[in-house]
Amino acid sequence: MAANSSALAVTMPNDTDIQMTRVFNAPREIVFQAWTDPKHVPHWLLGPEGWTMPVCEIDLRVGGKWRYVWRKADGTEMAMSGEYREVKPPQRVVSTERWGPEWPETINTIALTEKDGKTTLSLTVHYPSKEARDSAFKTGMAGGVEVSFNRLDSYLNKMEKGTSNVR
Amino acid sequence: MTSDHLSSTFAALADPTRRAILARLAAGEASVTQIAAPFEMSMPAVSKHLKVLERAGLIARGREAQWRPARLEPARLKEVADWVAHYQRFWSKSFDRLDDYLKEMQAQDAGKKIRKPATKTTEEKKDGSE
Repeated sequence: MAANSSALAVTMPNDTDIQMTRVFNAPREIVFQAWTDPKHVPHWLLGPEGWTMPVCEIDLRVGGKWRYVWRKADGTEMAMSGEYREVKPPQRVVSTERWGPEWPETINTIALTEKDGKTTLSLTVHYPSKEARDSAFKTGMAGGVEVSFNRLDSYLNKMEKGTSNVR
Repeated sequence: MTSDHLSSTFAALADPTRRAILARLAAGEASVTQIAAPFEMSMPAVSKHLKVLERAGLIARGREAQWRPARLEPARLKEVADWVAHYQRFWSKSFDRLDDYLKEMQAQDAGKKIRKPATKTTEEKKDGSE
């Protein structure tokens, strides 16, 4: 994990949402392009080391579809697809997202705000119901995610950092 | 674990004060008085939060000692943390890369002195008419 992990904040604002926030040192027009142009996306939206994105299709308009496919050197593939619900360059995109048949569909909202040349990006993943989130949770667990207790520690630290306004 | 469990866990974690209490307990067990101190909260208010956390299986309270120390029950929290870690791992790596990539994009932009007007002028455009 990056040492500058002040970078990414992960919060659960309510029962059905997970929100990730990060500040980028670039104007939001540029961030928006990087996020929505298939020419740019495969350069960075790669998750953990070892993956490439051979397929990146983006039809950026309401009702338009998008599809990403990632591939590992050993041939393992992972695909994700959805449809755009709202497209407001350069500030907001709402889309559906589905990882696979066993995962529930989520509704993802990207919001970009700019201040002093820096852009705050927030990504909210919304599960339409608690049941959907719970089933995603179980699927994730069944997938055998191995996470050490170190991660729990850093998670608690992050939680703690996210609560500076506690009274 | 049942989905009811998970819902109560999420509900318990949705509150910033309760997350702060968990972070405090990650450092070791503590009494209500000890927990209340940094929060400027009344003891009954803290007790209420502890009850919610206990119901969600996130903490356990001592029975024997009169001061009933609270301690973290890491198993349930770990399940949630693992799940959140899915997102965290994927996005923190991707965002790090995006950070670098944005620098490249801006360097190229400056080099070419070309600003694409496209994104500027589509501010009002609701749906793609291309």
